[in-house]
Amino acid sequence: MASTVVLHLTENLEPGPPHTAGRFGEYGGRYVPETLMAALNELEQAYAAASADPVFRAELDDLLHNFAGRPTPLYFASRLTEQLGGAKIYLKREDLLHTGAHKINNALGQGLLARRMGKRRIIAETGAGQHGVATATVCALLGMDCIVYMGEEDIRRQELNVLRMRLLGAEVCPVRSGSRTLKDAVNEALRDWVTNVRDTYYILGSALGPHPYPTMVRDFHRVIGVELRQQMLEREGRLPDAILACVGGGSNAIGAFHAFLGDKDVRLIGVEAGGRGKSLGDHAARFEGGVPGVLQGTYSYVLQDEDGQVALTHSVSAGLDYATVGPEHAALHDSGRASYVSADDAHVLEAVVRLSQAEGILPALESAHAVAECLRIAPQMPRHAILVVNLSGRGDKDMGILARELKIAGAEPLSGR
Amino acid sequence: MPIRFPQHPGLVVYLTAGDNGLFADAAQIRPGDLAVTREIALAAIDAGADVIELGVPFSDPMADGPVIQRASERALRAGTRLQHVLHLAAELRAARPAAGIILFSYLNPILRYGMSRFADAAAESGADGVLLTDMIVEEAGDYLAEMRRTGLNSVFLAAPTSPDARLQAIAEHSSGFIYAISRTGITGKQQQLAADAAALVERIRRWTRLPVAVGFGISNADHVAQVGQFADAAVIGSAIVELIERSTPATAPGEVSRFIKGLRQPSGADPWMQREQSARS
Ligand SMILES: Cc1ncc(COP(=O)(O)O)c(C=O)c1O
Repeated sequence: MASTVVLHLTENLEPGPPHTAGRFGEYGGRYVPETLMAALNELEQAYAAASADPVFRAELDDLLHNFAGRPTPLYFASRLTEQLGGAKIYLKREDLLHTGAHKINNALGQGLLARRMGKRRIIAETGAGQHGVATATVCALLGMDCIVYMGEEDIRRQELNVLRMRLLGAEVCPVRSGSRTLKDAVNEALRDWVTNVRDTYYILGSALGPHPYPTMVRDFHRVIGVELRQQMLEREGRLPDAILACVGGGSNAIGAFHAFLGDKDVRLIGVEAGGRGKSLGDHAARFEGGVPGVLQGTYSYVLQDEDGQVALTHSVSAGLDYATVGPEHAALHDSGRASYVSADDAHVLEAVVRLSQAEGILPALESAHAVAECLRIAPQMPRHAILVVNLSGRGDKDMGILARELKIAGAEPLSGR
Repeated sequence: MPIRFPQHPGLVVYLTAGDNGLFADAAQIRPGDLAVTREIALAAIDAGADVIELGVPFSDPMADGPVIQRASERALRAGTRLQHVLHLAAELRAARPAAGIILFSYLNPILRYGMSRFADAAAESGADGVLLTDMIVEEAGDYLAEMRRTGLNSVFLAAPTSPDARLQAIAEHSSGFIYAISRTGITGKQQQLAADAAALVERIRRWTRLPVAVGFGISNADHVAQVGQFADAAVIGSAIVELIERSTPATAPGEVSRFIKGLRQPSGADPWMQREQSARS
């Protein structure tokens, strides 16, 4: 069954729309310092050439399969389904990929592209550290220099991933400006890129930023939905009723959604970080509290004050703690093709425990946002309905936060919630 | 109004509006009171600055180095808003009718205010033009229409990495002057002017007769003299913002005035500059 999928991992790499303007509806575009424009044009052309090149695609296919572990399983969560008493719940197991999250799909694609472009110095930003670890891993694999920008707050809360990056040979640069989280890491990576643009490749970690990144990153993750579609047809003989994915910048979500955009009966639901409350500064739910604006090179929904100053955000998960969202999601939101909800920190922690104890699967705090929404809606759905959660990553990296938040200590098992 | 550089080389001075430096007593300054910036700008004009770029502080200044990042943070903490900066522009226009005034901003605060409303307010303030750091010509349709409608100059940045086709488009859509970035990088001081700058200005001149100002990293009289050999004006940003950072609101106008006068003096004539340079090398 799997082999047909493996052979076509990158079958859908042809860049979809947008081709020239980099627009998704009115969103996207390029709002960058002029210094970067030549590099973005070079990247756009190199990506178009690479994605049409069978040799590039074959090498990426091979690495996705033999190095990263694609295709990932589509797992039927029977105990959780039984407990909730509603829709059949399937998990798309991106958490089983090498390095522990979907991020490796994109890091491999862009890493190969960087090598093809002759760039040996790689920079990246990271929030939860998963994109940083994926990039450091790919740089080790391809023998390239790797510098990862990471906010100080995220360094503190995702220490394990910092250690992994260093072990892999990457330099982790702490970012002390602003909220010291993902947004500030992106600013710092952009500053590095502007300065070293001639020999440096910026592996951006989500479907964000100036064109061509949102399209390219989406294309590299599109394999998630392509596999999922085929696996679901083989298993159930039909498409699912809904797909849930957490939305930070939006890469795992757009990867899971994209192959289903034409299937109007499949509901696509993105789950943002509800954080600790509804006030500006307490969450990262861009579609609830944001308005369209420009941040870090793209036009999309931005959490901001009435003067256009970007707001601070909060989430228990570093990977969703971000003030703007990928522009394709903004377009899907406005068109109504996808809907966006949020899950708050407390429900997310509950979801971590629930999935761990029901299925023996410890989800990343980011992915647990999608699980939390699943826990909420599955019981309201009929038993013949099918619900898929894109489980974007595993939660090992979060053990420090979980131990503190859930007060796990000593040898006692944590009681179920 | 067209931007004029009556002396050679011309001087463009960037100020982060609302930054009162490190030593200001926050309790003494009302939110949105830009009196300190006003006094500094007047002193700069009187000392020979041809154009003042009034920087609108932004939470995420991705094209700026640490000095201007810190100034932006201080200005925002002091409660500076776009309307305060517009008000300051009007005050400067009233006090110094001949000075060039450019509003310098990242795009998002302008979008939030409303592009059309901003263009009206900027024109009414008496500003001569606008420079948006993260606006490239391809995305500038609405912006350029508003600038034309309200008679404001649109200053675009040109970079050493811009190929000739881009320089041509930049030249076509710029008015007032063209801001040539001296090197790849973010704002901040530097020891030596990159060789990039002269080559870039030469390439720009193939496409335009507009004045060309060179900025990023220009921090002393030697740099200004060097720029004067191939460009119409030099832009001084971080060097002055850093000077303001280390001054008090009372001393900043005098310090800035002295610094600007020194920029047009022959090499090494300013003892303060020499000290600065030896301390850094
Ligand atoms: C496991 C996991 N899921 C999701 C995300 C959020 O990113 P995106 O929205 O791009 O998928 C992250 C980011 O760090 C992550 O580590």
